[in-house]
Amino acid sequence: MLLMGAVAYDPKVVTIWTGFRAWLAARGFAFDFVLYSNYERQVEDLALGRIHAAWNSPLAWIRARRLAEARGRRVRPLVMRDTDRDLTSVIVVREGSPVTSVGDLRGATVAVGAVDSPQATLLPLSHLRTHGLVPGTDVDVRRFDTGVGLHGDHVGGERDAARALASGEVAAACMVDANHLLFGTEGVLPPGGTRVLAQTPPYDHCNLTVSDSVPERAAERFAGLLLSMSFADPDARPLLDLEGLKAWEDGRDDGYAALERAVDETGFYDADGRVTARGYTP
Amino acid sequence: MRALDLGELGFEHGAHLLVRHALSDLAPGDELAVTGTDPALPVHLAAWCRTEGHRFTPPEDPPTTRLRGRIVRGRADLDRWAGAERAGAPAPGGIVRRPDPRWGLAARGALVEPGGPALGADLADRDVVWADIAPRLYAHAASAQWDPATAVPWDAAFAIPAEVERAVVQVMTYLVENEQAALVVPARLLARVHPHFREVLQLLAVQAADEARHVEVFARRALLRGGEMGTSSAGGRASLATLLAEPDFSLASFLLSVLGEGAFLDLLSFLDRHAPDPVTRAAVRLARRDEARHVAFGVAHLEHRAKLDPALRGRLRGAVERRHDALRDTAGLNADVFDALVVLAAGEWTPAAIASGHRAVRRLREGMDEGRRHRLERLGFPPDEAAELSALHTRNFM
Repeated sequence: MLLMGAVAYDPKVVTIWTGFRAWLAARGFAFDFVLYSNYERQVEDLALGRIHAAWNSPLAWIRARRLAEARGRRVRPLVMRDTDRDLTSVIVVREGSPVTSVGDLRGATVAVGAVDSPQATLLPLSHLRTHGLVPGTDVDVRRFDTGVGLHGDHVGGERDAARALASGEVAAACMVDANHLLFGTEGVLPPGGTRVLAQTPPYDHCNLTVSDSVPERAAERFAGLLLSMSFADPDARPLLDLEGLKAWEDGRDDGYAALERAVDETGFYDADGRVTARGYTP
Repeated sequence: MRALDLGELGFEHGAHLLVRHALSDLAPGDELAVTGTDPALPVHLAAWCRTEGHRFTPPEDPPTTRLRGRIVRGRADLDRWAGAERAGAPAPGGIVRRPDPRWGLAARGALVEPGGPALGADLADRDVVWADIAPRLYAHAASAQWDPATAVPWDAAFAIPAEVERAVVQVMTYLVENEQAALVVPARLLARVHPHFREVLQLLAVQAADEARHVEVFARRALLRGGEMGTSSAGGRASLATLLAEPDFSLASFLLSVLGEGAFLDLLSFLDRHAPDPVTRAAVRLARRDEARHVAFGVAHLEHRAKLDPALRGRLRGAVERRHDALRDTAGLNADVFDALVVLAAGEWTPAAIASGHRAVRRLREGMDEGRRHRLERLGFPPDEAAELSALHTRNFM
């Protein structure tokens, strides 16, 4: 029995993993899941060997790796969604804003998502640093802490940051590229009423992390089954639709360097995976 | 490589429609070069392609080119519809015998993506629910709808004796009770019919709406002169309760439409003939027109069923006998209703008029019996069996 952790950021998580459990069981693979209220407890349990695998946010992946390595263990991304690869975050301003370069944000207020959101907080703020702006010193940061502990899975913080931009409360807002499109479609941001000031290099998002407590053959069988799920299969498609992918891809660990850097810059975790972020209480 | 120029159009203003349209002509793996001037285009193109399952490559040197990226067409949209099938064909001729429960609420003839939840419609066999006359009857029913507020001359002046008014109120009270049963029965059945047979659903819906109007006009006539409603007998309600208890579509249709509403055609004609005022007359006349349609569908449906299923007549007979047994110890028609019908036909309070009214009600019952036998014979019962079954019909008329 392979036991996987997942964070219950939304009620649909129960539907999703119950569906996957049944789909896997029908193919002779014993799989079950436990739900966590936040990613920190999930990765701690992964490190302690209480679960074999975890559906991890990118930030949770980083902590899982650090915790495992500190104990002389190994974790790896087994698979990821096609939609987890090569995301970017954007820093946007209102269309008529006098801000035309990142440097112009000096002294201005920038809205971000929750403290632990890779896409709407950690990565874009790190991007500001690469342009010579230190968050909190050179720019004021207005944080929208919705769903702290969910590592930004809850879209509420990002949406509130976008609202603050639309209402003129802040000079710029940070969000993942797809949400810039979504918020424009929803009308949270006026369509065509914002300008993309900066875009981060591509990075990877969630992955299904397995620990070395799982026998290699079981891990490979698990991965093989997931990779075999076809969008053309009417039994699998509702699960893929719910989980937001068209196909599973092999896991890879080379898309997290920018986030590793952001974690170190902010002291979010230490090198051994201890939570060191100030004011972070999931 | 195919090319698409979006001009100034961005994804926030619908660019995805043009991109999707251009991709639809390509095979999976083919490339589409996209140009355009919307500043957010590179960000949105990449995000959109990721969500839709296409691969996106940004240009190597963006400032020197109008090219915003290349899309390698994925196959998710094709895969979604790979096993799709048509839910029959749209016209009634395209009805299939046993529609897939997973077609659910899809329009008949629609291309149905596989994998949806199965609809819990247990009446899903053409031979059980369909009648070829249904589309025509529905069209007729839809065109024959009337407005209770204006179709009845509510303000017409008339003067009738207090006893006659009381009789009208009693009959109206009885009609409301019966029409409520006639509303609930088709409404319950309609929720169980597979929407593939949509003309049957439509017809049942209009039937329920018809009864809703009847309930309204009869209740309004009862209270027109400011009095109280009449009485409701336990026997009458017991008779109607047995109608609601019949789960079989054909048997429920038989008991309600063919036998019950069939008898009501005679009753409403009787009331039209003996109505003491123009309001009552208009109300019963309008209701009768609707009821005739309900009877026609019931008879047509059962004729269709009887042709396909020789055992049906035995089950119809069984339903009448069961209902008769269930009602054996009840009082039947509310005595107040019987008396009220006599008074209405009498028109005045003299021995001769009452005798005449009594004869008229007897003729009404004979007429109901005759109508039932005629309809039973149309369903293939021999005359002697039709007469025997008609005699077993509830004394409550409905």
